[in-house]
Amino acid sequence: MSSEYLVEVEHLKQYFPVRTGFVSTTPLKAVDDVSFAIRPGETLGLVGESGCGKTTVGRSLLQLYQPTGGRIKYNGEVIYDAGDLDENGAPRVDDKGNPVKGKVKTVNMLPYRKQMQMVFQDPYSSLNPRMTVEDIIGEPLDVHKLYSTKAERREKVLSLMELVGLNAEHATRYAHEFSGGQRQRIGIARALAVDPRFIVCDEPVSALDVSIQAQVVNMFEDLQHKLGVAYLFIAHDLLVVNHISDRIAVMYLGKMMEMAEADELMNNPIHPYTQSLLSAVPMPDPKTARSRKRIVLEGDVPSPLKMPSGCPFRTRCRYATEQCAAQRPQLTDRGNGHMVACWNK
Amino acid sequence: MSEHLLSVKDLRTSFTTDNGEVHAVNGVSFNLDRGKVLGIVGESGSGKSVTAYSIMQILADNGRIAGGSVEYNGEDITKWNSRQMSGFRGKCCSIIFQDPMTSLNPVFTIGNQLEEAIRLHTNKTRAEAKARAIEMLTLVGVNEPAKRVKQYPYELSGGMRQRVMIAMALACEPDILIADEPTTALDVTIQAQILELMQDLQKKLGMAIIMVTHDLGVIATMCDEIIVMYGGRVCERGTADEIFYNPRHEYTKGLLRSIPSVERMKERLVPIAGNPINLLNMPAGCAFCARCDRAMKVCLDHVPVERQVGADHRAACWLNDLALKDEAEQRAAAGESAGAIQAATGWVKNQSGEWVFDPVAEEGGAEQ
Repeated sequence: MSSEYLVEVEHLKQYFPVRTGFVSTTPLKAVDDVSFAIRPGETLGLVGESGCGKTTVGRSLLQLYQPTGGRIKYNGEVIYDAGDLDENGAPRVDDKGNPVKGKVKTVNMLPYRKQMQMVFQDPYSSLNPRMTVEDIIGEPLDVHKLYSTKAERREKVLSLMELVGLNAEHATRYAHEFSGGQRQRIGIARALAVDPRFIVCDEPVSALDVSIQAQVVNMFEDLQHKLGVAYLFIAHDLLVVNHISDRIAVMYLGKMMEMAEADELMNNPIHPYTQSLLSAVPMPDPKTARSRKRIVLEGDVPSPLKMPSGCPFRTRCRYATEQCAAQRPQLTDRGNGHMVACWNK
Repeated sequence: MSEHLLSVKDLRTSFTTDNGEVHAVNGVSFNLDRGKVLGIVGESGSGKSVTAYSIMQILADNGRIAGGSVEYNGEDITKWNSRQMSGFRGKCCSIIFQDPMTSLNPVFTIGNQLEEAIRLHTNKTRAEAKARAIEMLTLVGVNEPAKRVKQYPYELSGGMRQRVMIAMALACEPDILIADEPTTALDVTIQAQILELMQDLQKKLGMAIIMVTHDLGVIATMCDEIIVMYGGRVCERGTADEIFYNPRHEYTKGLLRSIPSVERMKERLVPIAGNPINLLNMPAGCAFCARCDRAMKVCLDHVPVERQVGADHRAACWLNDLALKDEAEQRAAAGESAGAIQAATGWVKNQSGEWVFDPVAEEGGAEQ
């Protein structure tokens, strides 16, 4: 069974138990009911402030955590099902309307790991300091047994290094001998080693200097052009995300607030949170910076342990009404696939 | 009383490391006037933070100011002893750091730390200091200040901690506030709050701000004047509009091309090739020449001289000198000496009477 989408995420939930007393625990809802889908060769940007659950979405998607709820499909095949959804993807409920938890279905992820890879934020801590570059990039080849002779492994590693712009003589060096940008290239070469069709990029450029950031962003674009990989590009820098993404999703406190084509979202943000987020980005342009009216949000993001009722954004929202406190808005289509979760807009 | 509040002249700072002497700042000069916001922008290793720390003399143990002077109201503070310097810090000039969690003491309450700073520099009593602490917290927009003074840093969010840092820095009404990457560790919406607060306070209290950051967006929002640094030297300086709309140094141009902007969103970025400079391995000439597309022979072994390129705009790039041939001819017509023309424009007449580009490089580059 194949479908239009490469990766589909339905009602993904990821709760972590947090001890709140001697024996009691409270679930921290890091990701709460997030759905999206990514087409082959497409880039979906995921933005939000720290603690909004964007990294957790990426990690749960690859099952580095076991999701609490929802269903994940890769190429039309279900690779994880928490059992709380019916065939049509709607939450399963009993006669009284209470959610029903079914049987968890998991699959052996090893063959799927060959298709889905990840690039991490911190190029300093995500590379093993005791391995040479050749071994770091070669390890996924070992795991998936993608070569028959030592010479073939070396050849593959060297061609990957060339692909990401590293010299062949770097193969015998260790990670600490490289600069931040070069380390990120090693991490990308490692992700590309198994020839994946989908890569989760978790803040891949935020630890880099501006001039190096542009090199790495260009490389992501070139690789997508050449290899046709799809990206879930997680970042907090809206200008970079807008540059690289086809579509952008905005998260706040574990929930999806808005999702649209990149241009549409930048030019016509509908959700009040997206509007203030965009207006808060300092523009590298003095004239725009002077003339622009910033919407400065009051206060801080609430603790995810004490989530506001209804819409999670209502405590900082200018338009909040009683309805926002009573009921949580669902993502609805406002035309051309522009999805917004807001009662008032 | 000198005309400038702070005047940094040919500042050189170096660090002794196992791999040799690292010259982090190589002859930086600038002036700061009362009530102005000066931005220092550069990548990691450009010497922007070290410049700020040198002014405050809070360098690491292996660092020292190797040359130049820092004049505050006309007095060279690099000659001051440690007692005079502790009077300078906090009272005349304060600094806020990138990470408010590591710069606040975790075992003392917010109030305790604020009062300490106040009582150190004024002869206020404990009760007066406490009142002042609460007043400062109110000023920086901390809600329920009377309750906050009893709390510890871990109980506050990142944005609140940065507000506390600002309150502490401004408690003794310094003339200068140095902000070293004040919003880099914060989320965009919180960053917007802090920047707004700093602009407000600047208007209210009239202090001068030195804003050290790598974020061109923050610089564009906040600063009157901008200094672009690379490899411990000043590449270019000027008003915000001049730097952003009329950059005259190849590094500045490269930086501006490598950030995505809203107008040319889907256009390919033009990154600066190569890697940031290794300060242990400084080239003899222009620090940027290894990454510069338009590097010339002269760039390899002569440090470029900083020249006036506009009314409020100076840049240190040999390419600007190359364009000065006309001026050289005019000066020659006006009867100036060949040496003076060569020093001012880099052009000189050879024996056969043709103009050749042969600039005289001055050590250190910047002349004020």
